[in-house]
Parts: sequence; structure tokens; C-alpha cells
Amino acid sequence: MTESPNDWLAACRIEDAVENGGVCVKNGEDQIALFYFTRRNEWFATQNECPHRKQMALSRGMLGSLTDEPKIACPFHKKTFSLRTGECLNGDECAIKTYPVKVENGTVYIGTKANF
Amino acid sequence: MKNPKIIVIGNGMVGYKFCEKIKSKSPASHLIVFGEEPRRAYDRVHLSEYFNGKTAEDLSLSTENWYQENNIELFLNTRVTKIDRFDKTVSASNGLDYPYDILVFATGSGAFVPSIPGIEKEGVFVYRTLEDLDLIRDYAKTANTAAVIGGGLLGLEAAKALIDLGIKETSIVEFAPRLMPRQIDAAGSEMLKSKLGELRLKIHLNKNTTSIDGAEHITGLTFSDNTSIQIDMLVISAGIKPKDELAKACGIDIGARGGIIVDKNMQTNDPSIFAIGECALYEGMIYGLIAPGYEMAEVLASNLLDGKKAFTGFDMSTKLKLIGIDVASFGDNFITEPDCRTITFENKHKGIYKRINISNDGQYLLGGILIGDATAYNLLLQTSNNKMILSENPEDLILGNRDGNEGSSGAAITNLPDTALICSCEGVTKGDICSVVADGSCENIDDLKTCTKAGTGCGGCLPMVKDLMNDTLKSQGKYIRNVICEHFNYSRQELFDLIHIHELKSYDAVLDTLGKNDGCEVCKPLVSSLLASLWNEMILKKGNDVAQDSNDRFLANIQKGGSYSVVPRIPGGEITPEKLIVIGEVGKKYNLYTKITGGQRIDLFGAHLNDLPFIWEELIAAGFESGHAYGKGLRTVKSCVGSTWCRFGLHDSVSFAIRIEERYRGIRAPHKFKSAVSGCIRECAEAQSKDFGIIATEKGWNLYVCGNGGSKPQHAILLATDLDSDTCIKYIDRFLMFYIRTADPLTRTATWLNKMEGGIDYLRNVVVNDSLAMGVIWEQEMEKLISSYQCEWKEAVENPSIRRRFSHFVNAPEEKDPTIEFVEMRGQKRTTEWK
Repeated sequence: MTESPNDWLAACRIEDAVENGGVCVKNGEDQIALFYFTRRNEWFATQNECPHRKQMALSRGMLGSLTDEPKIACPFHKKTFSLRTGECLNGDECAIKTYPVKVENGTVYIGTKANF
Repeated sequence: MKNPKIIVIGNGMVGYKFCEKIKSKSPASHLIVFGEEPRRAYDRVHLSEYFNGKTAEDLSLSTENWYQENNIELFLNTRVTKIDRFDKTVSASNGLDYPYDILVFATGSGAFVPSIPGIEKEGVFVYRTLEDLDLIRDYAKTANTAAVIGGGLLGLEAAKALIDLGIKETSIVEFAPRLMPRQIDAAGSEMLKSKLGELRLKIHLNKNTTSIDGAEHITGLTFSDNTSIQIDMLVISAGIKPKDELAKACGIDIGARGGIIVDKNMQTNDPSIFAIGECALYEGMIYGLIAPGYEMAEVLASNLLDGKKAFTGFDMSTKLKLIGIDVASFGDNFITEPDCRTITFENKHKGIYKRINISNDGQYLLGGILIGDATAYNLLLQTSNNKMILSENPEDLILGNRDGNEGSSGAAITNLPDTALICSCEGVTKGDICSVVADGSCENIDDLKTCTKAGTGCGGCLPMVKDLMNDTLKSQGKYIRNVICEHFNYSRQELFDLIHIHELKSYDAVLDTLGKNDGCEVCKPLVSSLLASLWNEMILKKGNDVAQDSNDRFLANIQKGGSYSVVPRIPGGEITPEKLIVIGEVGKKYNLYTKITGGQRIDLFGAHLNDLPFIWEELIAAGFESGHAYGKGLRTVKSCVGSTWCRFGLHDSVSFAIRIEERYRGIRAPHKFKSAVSGCIRECAEAQSKDFGIIATEKGWNLYVCGNGGSKPQHAILLATDLDSDTCIKYIDRFLMFYIRTADPLTRTATWLNKMEGGIDYLRNVVVNDSLAMGVIWEQEMEKLISSYQCEWKEAVENPSIRRRFSHFVNAPEEKDPTIEFVEMRGQKRTTEWK
């Protein structure tokens, strides 16, 4: 990813995020799923909507890995998506949007211009 | 030539793929791309999904920055107007000229529009680009009936799109006497036609449209047989026409019926000019599928850089799902007698048609057609492509082996040559797969995928890859272990014992001690269930909450649309009028849909995540507790009214049901389990359909086990007779602990018994005669589970760190999910359909 100017949304404090899980962040009309993958010491953000049945659910899904690829499983039908690229890992669903995340002084920021 | 200037005309799928291939082989390449559409290259194969809610951006093949990041100059909305082959320049519609060393036509094709009188009328569309789709969508709002001219692949896609847009009546008009004339035969077409008819598609075959009627707007079609139909809009999908005008104008050789003539290197008669994709004509053929287009892009890209590959035609075998119906054709699908012998199978009841063509000597499979069921496609394609010798009963290929012995398809796989291409997306052969399994580097499907890339494209070959792997393992005499997933190299039963021995209490501790990497959606709920079965601690204890499946994590069942259901426990189905009123009041207050369940309790649907703790707070205050409808554990113990009221009742079935329900509530197992108690042999509680069921006798209770309702009903089997209440419970304790310890994940008791060696006799020996001498231990373990029971919802509403997770937005905790929608039905609410 190339570093580019972005619109950073202050999403929450670190302690508000769920360790090894997700929370949903309101961004105007949009919903972004924010994941604190504590096991890997990584943050990820994706669209909250699962493209399979268009459910606002990914933030309530389970984190995991496929070999070394971090992934999220939708709670509805267990479609899984790469947290790095957004690509669907177990089907032909279209990819989900991913967003950059940064942490400064205990606050978690999401770059709301998606990586695509 | 060092780093030539390459100009690509056309920014479709093949043009994009070419850029991707060039850039991955030589990132410094100099590339300029002209596209006449306003958008970056998008996935035209899945065009119709645009109407299912996918956006143009979803369909886009690249990210916005991709061209920039890869240093490709992209001109959208820009046509190339002229090519000067002498000066080697192209002139673009922006008024500028651009020099090239290599020029690539990837102009694709446009819709072929037959010259029917009236074709210019309003309401007539083609189905080719996203702009076309926008026009169709807008016009469809005012249309009730529509037709598609063209019954081929694209025409059927277009018809599906019209149905999705809400057109009430859609017709397909085909000139040929059958649908999909390039892929399937008349009998196949008939089958497809009747299946499509069920979807309210009207099919008109053998119809030559002579005029499009109406004043300004289209109002109907007239055919050469003087019949006509009335329609409000028309979509033309009568085939494709290669876009070759520009090439023709600059003197490039064009085929008699269109298409830029290329050789096996994709080169035209001008050595600096090439063509790929649907605008290219190779040996008299236009390849109108995406896979050969991509192959052409690969051939050209590698030839321009290191120069080895050649295009030698492409297997046009296809398997696809059209409007939910399998359609496949492979090899020589149309060859007929006397050049071959055909075997056909037709099942009108199920809408299945299969045809295979075999050589006259019965030795080889030449090709075939599959409608309605294409599961055999992979194997048939392999058999035909690899010229495998057929067995003496080639009909088994489409009928399956009917003598009850397994092995016919297995044997077919074993007989495939090592060169057989199993995964055509990634070019992986049988030899590649079997050798990594044989040398021990891969022992499961995930390893295989990583190691060979097989099955990572469309995934269609995975069943065959798995069979090949198991075959190879078996042939080496290896024991195929039923391991959980890539993170745990153990079976469920092994993991149960290991967690017990190591006294592990959290998912992370189990993963650190016994597993590897970061876990997944398979092992997390499984380990969580084991932890709950072993220690019965609050399942949302910090760290374990995120390892629970969604329903367990929020102690409620997630429903279509994202709302949750609430099911308080009503032991034995007995409830006071006061408590009924509380349920009614809670339902009214939180606007919930209410329904009586099959298990004698009340389900409240449509609760927002944010409301769950408030709802449960009120229910708990009125004396309710969690019903565990979300967990893999005891659901309900159903009962008939029994001897307290019924004139036939032998014992008090309600009291016994309540005792049992309160004993086993909250205990987690490999799957959910249900029970029932009937007060006499009339069996009003349907105990024999339960995981364990109890029926009163003159002398006590009969205990039945391992019954199941659901999709494969199975009657419970009598385990012991005339038991007193305490003995009955002792046997149930042992039975449940044995099940919890040994069943595979998500296996109900019925399936568990079906797989058990020795069956019910063995089970009876273990439970009643204590043949494993585990009885006392299991009874003690069960006592421990029962004494540590607590209502999870009580804990959740009282513990602030758990309770705060019941909110949709982390940065707006008071707000509910605004996307949840309900509609009214019979005076209550219901969810909207899947979008």
C-alpha cells in the first residue's frame, strides 16, 4: 500500500476494541468493521457488510488464519475473507473493501478512503 | 527491441489481463491503454450481478490506483480514431497522436444487432456494457412484459436479469429450434425449456422476428409465421460481432465474417500489430469465452517478453449454473450416429438430462451434454480429454454404479494418467497432486492447496483433488485421521482428552499448547464447546467470547437481516399465566414477533442487539432464565400433561420432564440435544423422536435413545425398561457423558450411534452394564457440570464488561443498526427477504 493522504476517522480507544475480535464503527451512513487481531498484534478494518447476503455482520464474525493469511468468517454462512486484501477465500463472493488503520496515543484511527 | 512502447486498444477483461501479465513479467514495460467506456475494465462475465446489488466498483477488475501504481497510462472515454501503420502512430479522440512499437487490439466484440424493421424504437436494448444495464434498469421500471431475442448463454443471462428487475413476464425468442444451440442438443434444450418454464420464462423457439412493432415505443414483436407477442421492452442478445472496423480501416486482414486474423502468436499480417480476445480470429474461429481470451493474453505477453508460447486453440468445454440450473457440455458434444454411439439418460421428474457420445468400438468417451446435474462433469471431461479406456459399462459414467459396490468412480480416478489436468485454473495435473501426497509433504487439503495451488481458482475440482489425496493416502496404507482443521492435528475426541489432561481453560491456552497459528471458524467453536463440556465456565469469560460461534457469543440466535431471537426456558412446557403475561408485555414493549416453538416454548424474534440485555433483564426479574436456544446443548424436554390431569396417564410426566430439563440445562455437547417425557404409551410427547426419550410404564419408565426428527428422521431405540426415576437419570448421565466425550463435531446422537461399532448393543453394554467401568466417573463429571450451572444471561446483564458488547456501534453505543428492516405480516412484523 502506498502512503497517501487519507481522511482518518477516530474510531475508538484501544480498550474499547475487542481483543481477537471485531467491533462495528459508524462512519456517517457507512459501517466499518474494525478488528483487533491481538494474537498477531495487527489491526484491520473492512466493510461491515458481507457481500454474500448483504448482511451487516462481519464485525460479529470470527477471526482466524488460512496458512498465514489473516481472515474473517461471516457469522451467517461462514464465508471467509482475507483481512489483508479483502478477497473471498472460500467461494466466489466478490472481495470486501479494506481500510488502513493506525493507532496514535491510544486512539484507533481508520482511513476512510478504502484501500480497494 | 529493448522496452518497446506498447499500445493496447481496448480496456476489457482480456486487455486488462494482458496488462497484468506484461507488468508481472516486466514491471518496467511501457504501456498505454485506450478504453472507450468511461470505466476501468470490469468483470463482464458476471455482468448480471449488477442487478443483484453489485456495484460497478464491485465488478471492477482492478483498484482505482492500479494503473497508476503500475505506471500504465490509461485513457478512459477515449476512442482510437485512426492508425498510421507507416509512421506507427495512433490518433485518439482527444486529438493527440501516440507512437507505438507494438500495437495490440483487445477491442473485444459488440452485440450483433440483426437488421429488423423497427430496431430503432424506444425500449429496445442490447446487453453488453454497464451503460446498457443502466438504460435497461431505468426503462424496466415502467415495463411489465419483456422479451429477449437470443436463447444462447448471454440471452438466458439477460432473461434472468429481467426477472431480477421485477419484470412480471419475460419471453425468450430464439431463431434456432433449440436453446443454447452451440452447447446443447434438442433433448437437452427440451429439458432446459421445461425447467425455465417453472421460473415463468416463456420460450419461443423457431421464431424469426420480422418486425418490431409500436409507434415510438416498442409494443410487440411479429414473427415470420405471422404470430406475434405483446411486450413493453426488448433486449437483443443474438450473438457477438468482433470489433474490427479500426483494424480493417488500416489494412489489417479481416475474416470473411469479421474478426482480426491472427496466427498462433496472436500476430496479424502486420508484424508489429497483434490481436487478442473476442476481436481475434484464429483458424476461422472467434473464442467467445473468457478462459481462451486470458490464454491469448498470456501467449502474447510471454511472446513479447521472452517468446516461447503459442496459442493452439482451446477446449471450449463449459460447466455453468444458469438461473440455478446446471448446464455443461464437453468434448465433441454434437457428434451423432453413425460416427459414434450415444447413451442418454432423461429424468423429467427431476429435470435431468445426460448424454455421452462414445466411439463406435466402445473404447473412448468423445463428448457429451449434462443438464440439471453436472456433478460428473469433472470426471467425464478428464475421461474424454485423456482418452481413457472405458469400462464395459460406460453407462455407469452417467448413471452411477448400480450394483451397490463402491469403486466405479474411485477406480476411474485411479486410472487417470498422471498427465490428466485436474485443476485447469492453475494448471495442476494428477501427477502433481499425487506426488506431493506420496512423498509426505501434504496430508490434508489445505496443505495441498498451498503447495500445488490446486483448487484455489474456481474450486470446482476440489472434490476430485480430495478423492485423489485420499486414494493416494489409502494406497500407502495410511490411516486417514479425522483432524479438525489446519490448526489442530487432532480429532475431537483426542482434543477433548488433551484439554482435560492439560487442564486448559481458554481457547488461547488450547491453541498455544496444542495447536498452531491463529485458529479459524472451524476450531474456535469446537474448542469452545469442549471447554464448556469440560469445565462449564461462563462461555463469555474474557478471551473465550471471541472464540464462540456468533449465536453463543451474543447468547441469541442471529436471524435473517441481523436481528436476534430470544427464547426463555419454559421447563417441560409448564408456565404460569403471570409469566405468559410477562412474555406478552416484553414482546409488545420491544416490538417482537412471537411464535410457539416445536419444543413447547415461546420464541420472540426481531430483537436489536442493543435491546437484548434490557429484554433479558425484564425476563430474569420475572423469574425466567436462558433457554440456550443458541447453544449446542439441551434444548427442551417436551412433556404431555401426564397423570395429574390425563385420565390415561400412568405417572407425572410433567414433573419428571422439569426435573430432567433443570438437570441438564446449559450443558454443552457436540450438537444440540432434545428430550421428551410421555405419561403413557400413547406417546403424546413424541419421546421416540428425541435424543433421549422417556415413556411411562406400569412399573416405571422406559428409556429410549438416539432418536432424531429433522431431515433424516430416526426412531429412538429402547435402551432399558421399567426403570425407577433415579436409575433412569443415572443412565442418562452416563449416556450423555459418553456422547459428549466421543462424538465427532456437530454429530447428533442418532448419527453418533449409526457410526458406532457394535451399535445399540455396545451402547447398552457401556451405559447399563458399565462395561468400560466409566459409570462412576461420568456420573461425577455430570454432577460437577450440574453444580456449576449458572444462567448465562443473568451473568451477562450483571457484568458490565460483558454487557457493553451488546451494542452495534462502538463509537455510537446508543444507536441501533439502521439497516435492519421489517415488514408487516398478519398483524406482526417479519424480516425482509435476503437482498
